[in-house]
Amino acid sequence: MIAALVLKRLGLGLLTLLVVSLLIFFAVELLPGDLAQAVLGQAATEETVAAMREQLGLDRPAPARYLDWLGGVLTGDLGTSLLSGERVSTAISQRLLNTLFLASYAAIIAVPFAVILGVFVALYRNSIFDRVANVATLVSISSPEFFLGYVLILFLSVKTGAFPAIATLRGDMSLIDLLYRTFLPALTLVLVVTAHMMRMTRAAIINLLASPYIEMARLKGMPPWKVIVKHALPNAWAPIINVIALNLAYLVTGVVLVEVVFVYPGIGQLLVDAVAKRDFPVVQACCLIFAATFILLNLAADIGSILTNPRLRHPK
Amino acid sequence: MSDPVFIALCLGGLAAAVLVTWRMGQMSAMRTLIFCLILAGLLALFLGAPALRFSAIVAGLVAISAAASWVFRAALLMVAPTSMGPALRAAPLTAAFGMLVITIYAIAGIFAPLIAPFGEAEVIAGAFAPADGTMILGADQLGRDMFSRIIFGARNTVGLALLATTLAFLAGAAAGLFAAVRGGWIDQILGRVVDVIMSVPSLVFALLILSILGTNLTIIVIVIAVIYAPRVFRLTRAVAGGVVTMDYIEAARLRGEGDWYLIRREILPNASAPLVAEFGLEFCFVFLLISGLSFLGLGIQPPTADWGSMVRESATMISFGITTPLIPAGAIALLTVAVNFVVDWMLYRSSGLKV
Repeated sequence: MIAALVLKRLGLGLLTLLVVSLLIFFAVELLPGDLAQAVLGQAATEETVAAMREQLGLDRPAPARYLDWLGGVLTGDLGTSLLSGERVSTAISQRLLNTLFLASYAAIIAVPFAVILGVFVALYRNSIFDRVANVATLVSISSPEFFLGYVLILFLSVKTGAFPAIATLRGDMSLIDLLYRTFLPALTLVLVVTAHMMRMTRAAIINLLASPYIEMARLKGMPPWKVIVKHALPNAWAPIINVIALNLAYLVTGVVLVEVVFVYPGIGQLLVDAVAKRDFPVVQACCLIFAATFILLNLAADIGSILTNPRLRHPK
Repeated sequence: MSDPVFIALCLGGLAAAVLVTWRMGQMSAMRTLIFCLILAGLLALFLGAPALRFSAIVAGLVAISAAASWVFRAALLMVAPTSMGPALRAAPLTAAFGMLVITIYAIAGIFAPLIAPFGEAEVIAGAFAPADGTMILGADQLGRDMFSRIIFGARNTVGLALLATTLAFLAGAAAGLFAAVRGGWIDQILGRVVDVIMSVPSLVFALLILSILGTNLTIIVIVIAVIYAPRVFRLTRAVAGGVVTMDYIEAARLRGEGDWYLIRREILPNASAPLVAEFGLEFCFVFLLISGLSFLGLGIQPPTADWGSMVRESATMISFGITTPLIPAGAIALLTVAVNFVVDWMLYRSSGLKV
């Protein structure tokens, strides 16, 4: 039963990924004229455009080129940058690691913090503490990432000099140094994501508090924290795991703006640069990576909620 | 005021307030004040007087906005029709604050040319000239009046976001209602299309399309509508799907009413509350996305005043401790916070007041 559900969800995820790769590849076909013309501009002569076309393989039909591209992606070959002539995969690999480092740094701080705080707020709901947390998290969710980023830079870097404002990375840095230098961008992400996760954890737990078994636990004289930890939380895991995965997926988008604010050498910055220079192979590769991460995390969320659902684990 | 005197005054004042509330028997207020006292004491102990001074300023600002919201709610109660009285009276101060901010932004946007002391692109001073009598927020990197540009930005940025949201909302809601009423293969196809669009992160999707089609305002509005219509579709489909199974819909169908009648007279009146709240939420998302795009240089192009690009243009100044980039960024944050406060209140009301 569970295996069938999980397999079905996996298949659906792969199908979505395939459709999205189609979307990303054929979006470039929307270019007025074609890729060669767009890159070289109006002033280019017929011959140079024709040469470019040949070099890019544009004389072949689009479906054949899509299959080539897809085959390349599956074997780790993402094409060649139009501007530098460099392999896209070499340009991306280090930056992808940097971005993953930043995102996991933020996630490792944010996830436990948010869940514990969410349980706490659900326990003391409607108290002054809950209301202050509600307002604070709303403010943090509503602020654009660059606002939070610049506020943190102003107070924690410029005014006090506690942390560096620009995240320069070198290969020979120790882990401690790395964590210190990337603290501000990580903190910005933590602020945004924690607020989301905490609110949704609170909502997930409070939703359950109206159930009969919670009332039963309360009536037999259990203390409130025990009711929540022993009875509400195990049943809230599915929505909470969902929330965590959704917010990690949200980190994927948030990371683009944060990387630009802190000049962090990650894949988001690369994407923004490539968009500005209209370097389409790089744009396609970055978009595909972002979309794939997003889809996989959503997939993980769904599978996680299938696996943690006690009703599915013990079929009647 | 020297630092020790300031600390003593702060802590002494808080302690006196604790005593007063204790004598008056206001226990919850007293607990809050004790919490503040401990917090202030810790701040003074570990971070020193500047941190305490900063917190005092923040607390003062919060108090002033709370007072302003209270006054605004009282004023609204006087002009609002009596049917809205009880709901409004029970509105939390945060919701009143949200409405106050939205009103101010609306006035600023609509009457921008009358309020702004200078033109949108008028150069009146040196680059980054500090605030003085004529320019209350100082000048930007080209010597244009920051305050005037913020006012015009209310018109441009918010106007664009409103337009995109309305388009997304109309398209999404229409498709959702249609899918709910018709069902069958139309419903299935629309649902799958929506799944695909929602499986790509919105900012990445926007960057991809804008890099291909270029950044002009029509394209931005359409792309954003395409990205956000699916969210509205899902919600409308879910809400309307619940209504469609009702007996009165069956009765109307048997009477021979058409789809349009069903949508207009039977479904919409029963689905309006969550839809209105969704419009507010949707606006926040769209507004943040548009600001993010402008911040990346892909939104509204200069010299048109726009908050996102204003942050980007002056961003480097933050490393010299100049707060200019925080003003437009704060303007964006303030509006989103305000809309969220109001939406939060509406959701709370329409959710049947859960614990």
